[in-house]
Amino acid sequence: MAEAEESPGDPGTASPRPLFAGLSDITISQDIPVEGEITIPIRSRIREFDSSTLNESVHNTIMRDLKAVGKKFMHVLYPRKSNTLLRDWDLWGPLILCVTLALMLQRDPADSEKDGGPHFAEVFVIVWFGAVTITLNSKLLGGNISFFQSLCVLGYCILPLTVAMLICRLVLLAGPGPVNFMVRLFVVIVMFAWSIVASTAFLADSQPPNRRALAVYPVFLFYFVISWMILTFTPQ
Amino acid sequence: MAAADELTFHEFEEATNLLTETPDAATTSRSDQPTSQGHVAVAVGSGDSYGAEDEVEEESDKAALLQKQQQQPGFWTFNYYQSFFDVDTSQVLDRIKGSLLPRPGHNFVRHYLRNRPDLYGPFWICATLAFVLAVTGNLTLVLAQRRDPSIHYSPQFHKVTVAGISIYCYAWLVPLALWGFLRWRKGVRERVGPYTFLETVCVYGYSLFVFIPMVVLWLIPVPWLQWLFGALALGLSAAGLVFTLWPVVREDTRLVAAVLLSTVVLLHALLAMGCKLYFFQSLPPEHVTPPHQAASLPTNIPLSPTLPRSMAPS
Repeated sequence: MAEAEESPGDPGTASPRPLFAGLSDITISQDIPVEGEITIPIRSRIREFDSSTLNESVHNTIMRDLKAVGKKFMHVLYPRKSNTLLRDWDLWGPLILCVTLALMLQRDPADSEKDGGPHFAEVFVIVWFGAVTITLNSKLLGGNISFFQSLCVLGYCILPLTVAMLICRLVLLAGPGPVNFMVRLFVVIVMFAWSIVASTAFLADSQPPNRRALAVYPVFLFYFVISWMILTFTPQ
Repeated sequence: MAAADELTFHEFEEATNLLTETPDAATTSRSDQPTSQGHVAVAVGSGDSYGAEDEVEEESDKAALLQKQQQQPGFWTFNYYQSFFDVDTSQVLDRIKGSLLPRPGHNFVRHYLRNRPDLYGPFWICATLAFVLAVTGNLTLVLAQRRDPSIHYSPQFHKVTVAGISIYCYAWLVPLALWGFLRWRKGVRERVGPYTFLETVCVYGYSLFVFIPMVVLWLIPVPWLQWLFGALALGLSAAGLVFTLWPVVREDTRLVAAVLLSTVVLLHALLAMGCKLYFFQSLPPEHVTPPHQAASLPTNIPLSPTLPRSMAPS
């Protein structure tokens, strides 16, 4: 506490003035009127901006969403510690990726009911219910990530595996063979590792450190199952 | 005669030591207390009913006190389910190790769970086992095709569904039946408290862990080796179950105890055999699967997956 000065305003004293010494002289009277208008000068501009999205062209609307999705794709392909996926989550990207993957993994319609690859619905169910289960698991373990943020991250990190599926289909056009299989195996393993690294970069921080492995293991299982579906895909 | 100081809370190490010293001592547990504070009251008596009445009264008083102290959240809240996932990585790994190496004196529920059963282990072990079964089953087909190109390879994705349903049904319905049966017998005997439903689920879930490396080792296409691995894993898993259930069941009549334990082991063996026969069929060299002749699989696969006759052409 600052010491009270014995002789205020004495120019000859050698002792220094303590801080805030003059504040004790200030009193706040009860009858100072405090009123007025508090307006945000920028508000009128925001309102103008809101109404203008109704009038903009469809091209602008679609491009804005596509650019947001594309930006998040870039964040997945070059995973850094950033909050973009978490802050502005959206589920368009996961939907596009899941539909693409399911369409490419679809079994041949001439194939039998029993013995072929997964149906479209099976892939869809595995991806979305797998993501929901992992999110629930993460929240039950005490993670502080929201439900849709986690779904968004898990869905976007399927992008490397979708790229692997595209490459596998292209490689399979060259005909079957052991070299063919080794190339596909290598590509799938690399993309699987990329998915795990990308999703862990976003999800691992939301868990307390003594439970991080418990939350990351289901993610590993999820991407492992998707990689196995991609690797065992046979086009005939 | 139970002395007053023997009715106080003891630590677990003391309890297990006492148990090994006096194997015919009766123990009661507070395992059905929902508070899960980690306290267990161990009353070591000489087995006569005179002391038992005092113990029961004391325990009901303590139960009332504990319930007043801690309100359990309702089952419709998220926090209720969060209490079942209150485990750390080291605890889960510890429990897995405990299920892999069962020891006669160490009861899995008392020693490792310690009144804090979790749902993380059973759920994810079952999921892993289901997917590993499907993947390795498919891999054996790939390996068989490499040895003999006439075998028709297909991804066989339906096996994932079959594996998932059968494993989850086994790991949740059998503990339900066991728990129900033990509670019914508790009404008859009034002495030893059985395990809660979650603890039974935990025991079964963690005991299925040893099947995961067994299934992976079944990739080796040597038949006698496969049967050897199967027998080893089944032995470990069933031993864990039996050692856990023995303290609860030994108070009952010998007939009921023997029938219960043998049923548990038999169901476990049926699961292992069903997995082996359905997912890892040994294909004869001149096999070609005509896809259109595969009949529909039996859809009810609750406890004992039987060999589907539709797979007979293999």
